[in-house]
Parts: sequence; structure tokens; C-alpha cells
Amino acid sequence: MPYIPHSDADRQAMLAAVGVQSIEELLADVPERVRFPDLNLPPALSEMEARWELESLARSNFAAADGPCFLGAGAYHHFVPAVVDAVLRRGEFYTAYTPYQPEVSQGTLQAIFEYQTMICALTGMAVSNASHYDGATAAAEAVITAVNVHRMKRRKVAISPWVHPEYRAVVRTYTQGMGLEIRDWEIGDQGLDDETACLVVQYPDFLGRIEDLRPLAEAAHAAGALLVVVADPIALGLLKPPGEFGADIVVGEGQGMGAGLNFGGPYLGFFATREEYVRRMAGRLVGQTVDVDGKRGFVLTLSTREQHIRREKATSNICTNQGLVALAAAVYMAALGRCGMRQVAELCYHRAHYARQRIREIDGFSVVDDGPFFNEFVVRCPCPVSEVNEYLLAEWGIICGYDLGRDYARLDGHMLLCVTEMNPREEIDMLVAALEEVAA
Amino acid sequence: MTEPLIFEISRPGRCAVKLPDLDVPPAELPENLARDELALPEVSEADVVRHYTRLSQMNYSVDTGFYPLGSCTMKYNPKINEEVSRLPGFVHLHPYQNEESVQGALLLIYYLQEFLKEIGGFAGVSLQPAAGAQGELTGVLMMRAYHLDRGDAARDVILVPDSAHGTNPASTSMSGLRVLEVPSDLRGNVDMGALEAACGEHGDRLVGLMLTNPNTLGLFEERVEEIAALVHDCGGLMYGDGANMNALLGIARPGDLGFDVLHYNLHKTFGTPHGGGGPGSGPVGAAPSLVDFLPGPVVAMDEEWSEESLPHFTFVSPQKSIGRVKAFYGHFGVMVRAYTYIRMLGADGLRRVA
Repeated sequence: MPYIPHSDADRQAMLAAVGVQSIEELLADVPERVRFPDLNLPPALSEMEARWELESLARSNFAAADGPCFLGAGAYHHFVPAVVDAVLRRGEFYTAYTPYQPEVSQGTLQAIFEYQTMICALTGMAVSNASHYDGATAAAEAVITAVNVHRMKRRKVAISPWVHPEYRAVVRTYTQGMGLEIRDWEIGDQGLDDETACLVVQYPDFLGRIEDLRPLAEAAHAAGALLVVVADPIALGLLKPPGEFGADIVVGEGQGMGAGLNFGGPYLGFFATREEYVRRMAGRLVGQTVDVDGKRGFVLTLSTREQHIRREKATSNICTNQGLVALAAAVYMAALGRCGMRQVAELCYHRAHYARQRIREIDGFSVVDDGPFFNEFVVRCPCPVSEVNEYLLAEWGIICGYDLGRDYARLDGHMLLCVTEMNPREEIDMLVAALEEVAA
Repeated sequence: MTEPLIFEISRPGRCAVKLPDLDVPPAELPENLARDELALPEVSEADVVRHYTRLSQMNYSVDTGFYPLGSCTMKYNPKINEEVSRLPGFVHLHPYQNEESVQGALLLIYYLQEFLKEIGGFAGVSLQPAAGAQGELTGVLMMRAYHLDRGDAARDVILVPDSAHGTNPASTSMSGLRVLEVPSDLRGNVDMGALEAACGEHGDRLVGLMLTNPNTLGLFEERVEEIAALVHDCGGLMYGDGANMNALLGIARPGDLGFDVLHYNLHKTFGTPHGGGGPGSGPVGAAPSLVDFLPGPVVAMDEEWSEESLPHFTFVSPQKSIGRVKAFYGHFGVMVRAYTYIRMLGADGLRRVA
């Protein structure tokens, strides 16, 4: 039996030590009626057979490694340097427990402390927590934090319709029992008032657009509300950080920094805010301290906010978070560093602009020109988006764009395309040739 | 042993990654949107590897020694699981790809749902929740939605034993419900007298009871069936915290014991790594009465196996779903590991693990 070290003799010795004859005797409290069910599971496999089965499942998928991928919309095909996985594969990291006991967890704690510091640098904020499950749940926790900052006295939440549709859905799921009023809001709309807890916007937004966030910060602050910005950390290698525009909470999806696509997870929610909100913040926080000998050490701190101590009065219920994915992001940020992060963002930016220019020239396709953008843009197709996608996959082996008609009726027939540092010029030219074939 | 911060070993001009040169004409960037400075470290590849290797050596872990921790079940993390979870056909799969191009991944999700249904004794499972605490929030929201759907809007009380993990009451209050603590008896089980009194006083306000079984003291709640009967008699539901589910594998199924909804922890019970504090995975199982409220999407088989063709799988959203609790479908990379673990152990192996 794999993974079980005990021999029959070991088991007998243990039974004798506790003074019973059989393991069954220890289970007398389990109602007999339901004891020892026959589980209908497939027969156990050897390691070799298990590997074959999983390899055949993986092979039957067509993945972004099998052809050019221009699909983004919240999950991105970015390059992961080999050093990232080399660190993640260390058993001392991935088989470690959550760092409750600082004396046996200094490695994890220091790595997370450094992660937090780098997230602050990237977002332009003062404090970052240790992570959330993903960008969507970080956004939901940011909304709850904003409501708590106003001590539940403000119950309205304004969200831009150009925040990721699944993030908006998760905000609704999380807050369904809280009696909040959640509605769409765009610049020019009325209704940011003294009952509004926060305004949530995305940067770049779901359609890839980037704009000066200052007017949004001013509109929110004029109403006494917080500005929550959902940001793409890869874009922040090049773009002005939300903190400089006056954001109060910056959250986002950190998957692009060292976590693969993995069919949607595990990803990484990051969460950063101003120092004044640190006690209202959800999640764990690692702080630096000194031990009895005056040496530097790291601990989970301000845990009086957390459910272990505050129980039903906690700022959130999050416990296990994304430790190892946060470590991946830390290694990624350290490895790329000050210059590399900018270079990746520049490759994304310039190649996306080249792609949009080339697609603009195709008869039948048109691009929606709506001001500055980062690495995603909207294309109007001459036929349903699903047909374009199916044709490009079947005939060219290209994973094409996101069908915006899924979420926005007014964008039926529009596709969101994404270009990253993983798409060299030849791939973009190939995409253009494929789309020309569709248009013809 | 101490290690300098990564910022303290930074030297201007170093970078650990070589990127390709720009191969397209540069585009203009609006000046008001470009950042001036980025205060990240500048280190070489060897600096990165040495720094994190030294940090790793400051940890205690399952791979370095015995880890007899109760409640959060630290078990050995099989190496084959790490290998298969890194197969390119899984790692480079985009969540929004056409369903036809991801049938292998959908099959894996579908059968893991089936395995967990069978192991827990439930009618439906959603793999979306990211960790135990999110599974709890999911379960509590499902119980709330169930009562509201029946037009029973006055119910707002959740009973939580005083021995419960702090996430139980925190998840309850996030759902807008009230927590009422039930004391333990001298043996560490739920105090039946106190439970009867609470059910008597708050019966028509009761959403449900959250119970960890075996409980945080490691004891099987010997009167679990009576507890379930009491709660059900006043219209409440039984929530199971599966933190200690490892002890029940092949021994008893929570669904058979009277639980209506339960979260599993793949990182405690099914051998996936704790990762130094995540990523976990907290799938939720539901009895027939709650299946329609599960978070979606879940995977369904819309064409069965036949002699001529392979089965076909598709995403569906449960009818009265509470909505999605996270983006996409859950921690797929963790699911691959748990699927492999169950495939290698089979029914006999799981029982021997317990």
C-alpha cells in the first residue's frame, strides 16, 4: 500500500499500547448502521498506470503550449522562468504547514514578508496582506473592507460594468446576506452619495483600456467613498501605480506572475491598502520583529482581526490562502526585478499595438478605438465570434479571443484579443493571415 | 540562522531573466500613464536560487520530518502528484478555451466530483471553493438560500459548538446570520441538554448547525444521529466541517450520518500539499435537498460512454445556484493531485489511510 509506512507488526504494537484487540474496536462510536460502507470507486492503480492515465488526459487537451494563444480576459499566458518552479519544488516550501509556529516557519514568513513589500512597490500602496484565493475574491473582500471602514453605515457599492464579469458575480455571491445595494456605475453617472461605501474600477479594464484614474478617485472621495482598483500586476511594470492616482485599496489577479494558466486555478489574489485601513483589512499579514536575542524575525501579526481570536467579529473568514502561489509571485518579481518587469510589460504593450494595427487593416474586421489600451483590445468580427474561434482552432491551431457577447449584449459579435510576451511577431502575422482567411 | 532580505542583496543592473528583443515597431505610451520608478530588487539568477534555497532551509515540513498535527491533517504529499499536475496539457490550459479542446480536463473534474460524492455520501459536489473557509461560506450561503427559496425568511440563527474552529462563526456572520454558541459536555461532545434547549428556544429561527466530526478534540460525536434528528425536527440543516474527514474515509459517510452539506479539504484529506498556507481546495458536497443551490459551474456528462464514442462533458450551472464563489472553476491544479491520489489508493486504500 503506497504512502502507509506501518507493517502488521507495527499495527499490533500500537493496538497493544492502547489496550485494544483490533482497529474495529476503536470505531465502536460510529453507528453500526453506517459503519464501513462499500465505496464504489475504480480499482487502485500503480504509479505507472496512474501516470499513463493522467498523461493521456493531459494529451487529449489542446493547450496554449500546442499553438499560439490570444485568449486573455483575466487569465494570461505569460512566461514563467525556470527559477520559479525550481523554488516551488523544494519540499521544505510546498510540504510546509501554514506558518502559525514562527520558530519552524521563518522561511515561509520571510518570503511572504518580501512578497508583501514587492506588492506594495508595484501597486504604490503602504501595506499588503499575505494573499487571497484569486482576483475575484480579493475584489469581494475589498468591498467588504470598504463597508467595514464605514462601520456598516454605508450600504451602497458602485461597480464599473467594465470590471471582470466574474468578479462582479463573486462580489454579489459574497455579499448576498449583507443587505448591500450593488449597482453599475460609470463616470458621468450620478449617485455616488453619502451612502456609498466604495467605487470599484478595473485598470486596465475588462476591455483592456487604460485611463487616468484621478477623476475617479476624486469622484469617490468627494462622496466620502473609497476607490477600489482591480489591477493587472504585469501592466503595472509599465503603468503608473493606482496608489499614485489616489486609490484606497488595490487588488488583483497575480496569476501572470509565475503561476501557469492551470485551467483557472490555483491563482493569486493580491490585496494592498493604505496604512490607516490595516486593522480593517481581511486576511493574514506578516510583520518583521526581533527575537529575545535581538535578531530579526518574522511573524503573523495583527491577528486580532482574524477569526482565530475574533470569531464572528473577524474582518473576514479567510484562513488557508495562496501561500505557495504568493511565493511564486515573489520569486517572479525578484527574478525579473526592476528592469525585467518593465521589459515584459513593454513586450506586451508594443506587440499588442502592432497586432491591433495589423488587424485594423483586414477588410471585414474592425477594431474598436476607444483610447489608450495595454495588451487587450476589442475587434468586431464579420461573423459570430464562436465561428471565428472554431475555424482558427481547427484550421490554424490558434486559440483565439474571448466572446464578449457572453457578458455584454451590446458587444455581440465582438471579440477580446490578448497579446503577451509569449506571442512573437510571427505568431501575430499568422493570426492576421488566419483572420484574413475568415474575412475572405 | 538568518538570511538578508532580497532587497539587501540587490545590486543595480542585475536581472535574473533574459527576455527577447522587441520585434515590432514600438508604440507610443501616453506620458500621464507611464510609471517613473519601480522599487523592485535587482538580483542575478544565482542570487535568487541561493536566497530562496536558504529560506527553505529555515522551514520545518512534512518532507523533513514527522508532523503529528491534529485537525489540519498533515500527510505525506506523493511525488507522482507533483509530476502529473505539471503536465503541459494541464498547466497551459486556458479556462475560457472552447469545451471541445478541454475534454480531458472536464473528464477529470467530472470524475473527481463523482469520487467525492461516493466517499462522502452526497448527491452532488461542486469543486469551486478554494479552501475550507470558503467551503464553509458556500455551505452557509446554500443553507440560507434553501430556507429563502421555501419562503422561510425568518430563519437567521446558526448553532456552532464552542469547540469549533474560528472560521465557522466568521463564515456565519459574513453570510449575514447570527451565531449561537453551544457548549460542550465534560467529554468534549456537544452538550445534548444545551442543544435541546437551543432548539426549543430558537427552533423556528434555526438555519442549521455547524458540526465538525470527528470534532476538534479528535472525538467522534457519538450521538451525531440524535443531534441531526433534533436539528432536522425544527426545520434546520446539518453543516459538516470536513476538516477531520481523513478519519472517516471508508469508515462512515457524512451523508449517511445526517449531514446535508459538507466541505472537504483536498489539502488535508486527499494528499495535496499545504504549500506553507495554501493553495488548498474546499469542495462542497450536498444532499438531494441542497444540490440545486451548489455554486457553479459544475461539470456534467452530456453524452455517455458507448462502444462507438467517448463520453462528452460540459459545464452547467445548478438551477438555484448561490452563484460563483470565485472566478473560473476552482483550483484545478489541486484537483489533478487529489484525483491521482484517489486513483492510486482505491476504496481499500482510502480505508486503510483512515
